[in-house]
Amino acid sequence: MHAELLVRMINQIADFYGSGSEPDVAAQETLTHVQRMWAHRMRRQMVEIGAADPGLGPIARRAVELLVATDAPSRAAG
Amino acid sequence: MYAIDHHDCGTPPSTSETLVAVDIDGMTIQVPEGTSVMRAAALAGTSIPKLCATDSLKAFGSCRLCLVEIEGRRGYPASCTTLVADGMKIRTESDKLSQLRRGVVELYVSEHPLDCDGCPADGHCELQDMAKLHGVTDNVYAEGGRCPERITHESKARVQALMTDESNPYFSFDPSLCIACSRCVRACDETQGTIALTISGRGLASQVSASAGESFIDSECVSCGACVEACPTAALSEKSIAAFARPAEKSVTTTCAYCGVGCSLKAEVIDGQVSRMVPNRDGDANHGHACVKGRFAYGYATHPDRITAPMIRAKITDPWREVSWDEAINYTASEFRRIQAKYGRGSVGGITSSRCTNEEVFLVQKMIRAAFGNNNVDTCARVCHSPTGFGLKQTLGESAGTQTFLSVMKSDVVIVMGANPTDGHPVFASHLKRALRAGTKLIVIDPREIQLVRTPHIEAAYHLQLRPGTNVAMITALAHVIVTEGLIKHDYVAERCEKEAFEKWSKWVADPRHSPEATESVTGVPAATVRGAARLYATANNGAIYYGLGVTEHSQGSTTVMGIANLAMATGNVGREGVGVNPLRGQNNVQGSCDMGSFPHELPGYRHVSDDATRHLFEGDWGVELSDEPGLRIPNMFEAALDGSFKGMYIQGEDLAQSDPNTHHVVAALSALECLVVQDIFMCETAKFAHVLLPGSSFLEKDGTFTNAERRVSRVRKVIEPLAGYADWEVTQLLSNALGYPMNYRHPSEIMDEIARLMPTFHGISYEKLDRLGSIQWPCNADAPEGTPTMHIGSFVRGKGKFFVTEYVPTPERVNARFPLLLTTGRVLTQYNVGAQTRRTANNVWHSEDTVEIHPHDAEVRGIVDGDWIGIASRAGETVLRAEVTDRVQPGVIYTTFHFPESGANVVTTDNSDWATNCPEYKVTAVQVVKVEKPLDWQLRFRQNRESRLPSRPDTAHATA
Repeated sequence: MHAELLVRMINQIADFYGSGSEPDVAAQETLTHVQRMWAHRMRRQMVEIGAADPGLGPIARRAVELLVATDAPSRAAG
Repeated sequence: MYAIDHHDCGTPPSTSETLVAVDIDGMTIQVPEGTSVMRAAALAGTSIPKLCATDSLKAFGSCRLCLVEIEGRRGYPASCTTLVADGMKIRTESDKLSQLRRGVVELYVSEHPLDCDGCPADGHCELQDMAKLHGVTDNVYAEGGRCPERITHESKARVQALMTDESNPYFSFDPSLCIACSRCVRACDETQGTIALTISGRGLASQVSASAGESFIDSECVSCGACVEACPTAALSEKSIAAFARPAEKSVTTTCAYCGVGCSLKAEVIDGQVSRMVPNRDGDANHGHACVKGRFAYGYATHPDRITAPMIRAKITDPWREVSWDEAINYTASEFRRIQAKYGRGSVGGITSSRCTNEEVFLVQKMIRAAFGNNNVDTCARVCHSPTGFGLKQTLGESAGTQTFLSVMKSDVVIVMGANPTDGHPVFASHLKRALRAGTKLIVIDPREIQLVRTPHIEAAYHLQLRPGTNVAMITALAHVIVTEGLIKHDYVAERCEKEAFEKWSKWVADPRHSPEATESVTGVPAATVRGAARLYATANNGAIYYGLGVTEHSQGSTTVMGIANLAMATGNVGREGVGVNPLRGQNNVQGSCDMGSFPHELPGYRHVSDDATRHLFEGDWGVELSDEPGLRIPNMFEAALDGSFKGMYIQGEDLAQSDPNTHHVVAALSALECLVVQDIFMCETAKFAHVLLPGSSFLEKDGTFTNAERRVSRVRKVIEPLAGYADWEVTQLLSNALGYPMNYRHPSEIMDEIARLMPTFHGISYEKLDRLGSIQWPCNADAPEGTPTMHIGSFVRGKGKFFVTEYVPTPERVNARFPLLLTTGRVLTQYNVGAQTRRTANNVWHSEDTVEIHPHDAEVRGIVDGDWIGIASRAGETVLRAEVTDRVQPGVIYTTFHFPESGANVVTTDNSDWATNCPEYKVTAVQVVKVEKPLDWQLRFRQNRESRLPSRPDTAHATA
C-alpha cells in the first residue's frame, strides 16, 4: 500500500474519534479501530512508516505509537 | 391475468382485529370487521361471480355480477361493496340472482366476442369463466337480437383491431377484448401510484386510455405490469404468452434477482420455459406488485451471451480455451496452491456475490476461510452499504434496517435521504406514495430534485437540496434544531440510551457552529428550511428515515449513518411500527451477503474474527483452524495486488472492473494478478482480466434463499436446469474439494441447516419453515420463532443505544478552478446497476445510453445545449457523455448514471472513501465539463461491440448466437 494512502486513512479515522474526545481516548479508539479492521500487512506497513511520519495528525501519531508498542506478529499470514 | 394458482377473494383483507360472525348459505364463518361479503364468502369456500372485483384492489361495484340476497335488506346488493355485519345472513345463489347475473354476462359478451381459440387468455380468462358458468355461449344482441342499435362485433372489432397498442415491448393492449371493468386504471392508481391510465369516453365508447390518449410507451406508464396482472381478459396481456395460447402447466414461486425489495414472483412454465413472471399477491415484501425489471426483464437468464462452458488461459493476452469442468477446477486449485506456496497464505482471496443466494455466499466465505486459510473475503456491500453495517452496529447494535416496508403506512413523517425509491426500489416507492397520498408528510434530502419531490399527485413538504458531500453538516444541523428547541424525547432517551454518550453528544451538537444558520453556507440550504424540516420530523408521532447510497458512498458515509441513528434515537423513533432507520439495500441479496460473513473482519452473523468463542464454534463445526486476523477489503486487495503481495482472486458474480471507482487503478490491479477466476453468467468487464472463467447460474437455475432490505429471508426455487450444468454453490463445492477441503452438500437446504446451527439470528430458519410461513425476517430463534418484523422493541440489540458525535469533515475531493463542478451519480428504473442483466433485455427501449444532467446555467456558460457530447474530466480520468440540460440538478452539480460500460463513469470517480469502511465516495467527484465533438476512441469501440461477445474459440461447437 502506498504510505500516503495509509496515513490518509488513519488520519481520517483519528478525525472521527477525535471530535469531542480527549486526545488519549481518541488515540486509543483509533488504535482499536485499526486493529479490528485493518489486515495484518496494513498494520505492519503502518508500523514501518512509523509515528514520525510528517503527514500524521497528532491523534493519529499517538495511535501509531500505541500500534508500534502493542501489535503482535500474526499467527496467520494475513 | 393474475397467477394461475391464485385464489382471488375479490376484495382486499381488512386489518381490523374485531371479528364478526356471518351466515353464508347456511354456513357460519367469522371474519374481521370491514371484510366484504364477497371476501367472506370466498373464505367460506364460495366463489361469488365477479368481473370488476379483484383482491388487490378496492371494491368498485360496477359490473353488477356479484349480487347477493341479504336477509332483511331490499334488492340485490353487490357483495363486493357490502361489508359484513354481525349476524348477517347471506344467500349467494337463487333463481333470481342467476337470472340477473346471466343478463349482465350477456351484456358483456355482446361487447367481447367469445373467440377464445387462439386467445392468449384461453383457459385462464375471467370473462370466459363467467360465460361458462352462466351458460352464455354467444352474443344474444347480434343480428336480429334485442339491442336497438345494431352494433355488430365484426365491424367494431375491425375498427378496434387497428388500435391494438403494441408499443410496450412486454405487453399489448387490445381494446376489442376490453370489458371496461377499470381494474387496470385502479391498479395503476392503487397498486403502482403512477395513475397513468383512465377511461376516456362514456357508455359503449368507454375505452382505456394511457395518459392523454397516447400509446403506452409514450405515456407516463412505467411498465410495472400491474394493469396486466389485474386485467381479467387478454385485453392487457404479456406478449410472452401470446405464442402459447394456453395457461401455464405449473407455477414456481421464487424471489426476484434485481433489487433489495425482493419481490415474490411466480414463474409460470410452459413447455419447460418461463412463459411469464407474475407477482405473488401473497408475497410478504411486495404484496402482489413488481416493477418492469422483475416482472418482465428476466430474459437475460437465457440470453445467447450466457457463458455455458468453462474456459481457461495462461495469460490474459492469450485466447480463451474451452475446457471441461474437471480441467477448469483442477487448474484453478493447482494455481491457487502454487501461488500460496510461493507468496504466502494471504496472497489469495475472493469476492462473494450479492446476486447469489445466502447458501452460495456462505460456501464461498467458508471456502476462503477453511480452504484458503485466510479472511481475504469481501463483497459488493463494500461499495454500497458497508457504512450502514458499521454505523448501525455502533449505534443500535445490529447491521440492518429496523422495519418492514409496510411500516411506512403508519408513518406520519418520512425522511428520504440520498435515495431515489421510485427508480431504485419501485415497489417500496409505491407503498410510500400510498402513505403520502393518505397524508404522510415527506422530507427529501438530496442534491437533485428526485421524482418524489414533486409529481401531480404528491409533493414533499421540504426538499433540502444540499451540495454533495455535506450530509454530515446537514444531519448535524437538524440535530442541533432538535436539541436546542427542546424537541428531544427525554423519557425515551433516558430509558433506552447510554446517558454519558447522550450528554456528550447533546452538549456538542448544541454549539451554535452546528446551527442551520452557521451551516447554510456549507450545505447551500436556507436555514429556515432546515429548521422547518427538523421540527416536522421531531414533532411527528411516527417519524421514519429511509436512506440509500447518497448517504453511504461518501468519505463520511459511516458518520452520516450514525448521525441518522442519532436523530432517530433522539426523537424516540426506533422500536415500533411506523418509525425506524431504514437503509434501502440495493441488491437482491446484499443484506444476505453481509449476514453470511462476507466481510474480512467478521464471521457469519457479524462477529469479529478475533472473538475466540465465535471462532471456536466455527472451528468445531468446520474441523479446521481459522485465522483470527482481519483480511483484506476489496480496495486493499487492489493495493496489495499492485504491491505484489496478492496474486490470486476468486470472484463470484461481481464486475469489479465496471463497478468499482477509479477504473484505471482497478484495471492495473487486476492485471497484476497471476490467477484471476471469474464465475459469472456473462463475459463481464472483469473477465477480460481473468485466467479462468467458470459459468455462473441465474436465479432461475437454483434453489436457495435471498434476504431483502427488510431482513426477510425468502426462497429462491429452481425453474430450469442450470445452463452450464451446475448451480453456483455446486461450483464452489467442486473447487473446495479440489483444494482439499471437503464439502458434501446434496442440497442447499443442508447449507441453510448449517447456517442455522452457527448463527443465532438464524437458529429457527429452515426450508420447511420457509415453505410454511412464506418468508421469515431474522432474527428467528427461540425468542422469535416466526421471525422479527420490527427490531429494537423495548431495547436495542446492543442494550442501550449509543449516540456518537458527528463532526463534519469536508471531503478531500474539493472543487477548484480546474474542477469547478461536482459530479454525483444515481440509477434509473429500467436499467439495473452496471446493466449486465437489463442491457440484455428490451429495457434498452427506455434507457439506451447514460446521459449527464447539467443545470441550464452551467450549460450556458459552456455553450452546451441539450444532446451535445460533453467531456467530463476529474483528477482520476475523463470520459464523454451526452448532455441533458435540466434544472433537476442545482448549479454547480452534474449527475449521471452508470448502466453502460462505455459511459466510463468510474473512469472519473476517485479513490476517496469512507473513513471506517473504505466505501468509495462515488457521490462526490470534482470535475470540469467542456463541449466536445464526439466520444473518446475507447468509448466508440465499446459502442461498436455493445454487448459483450464471447471471444473467438477455434475449436468450439458452442451453441450460442
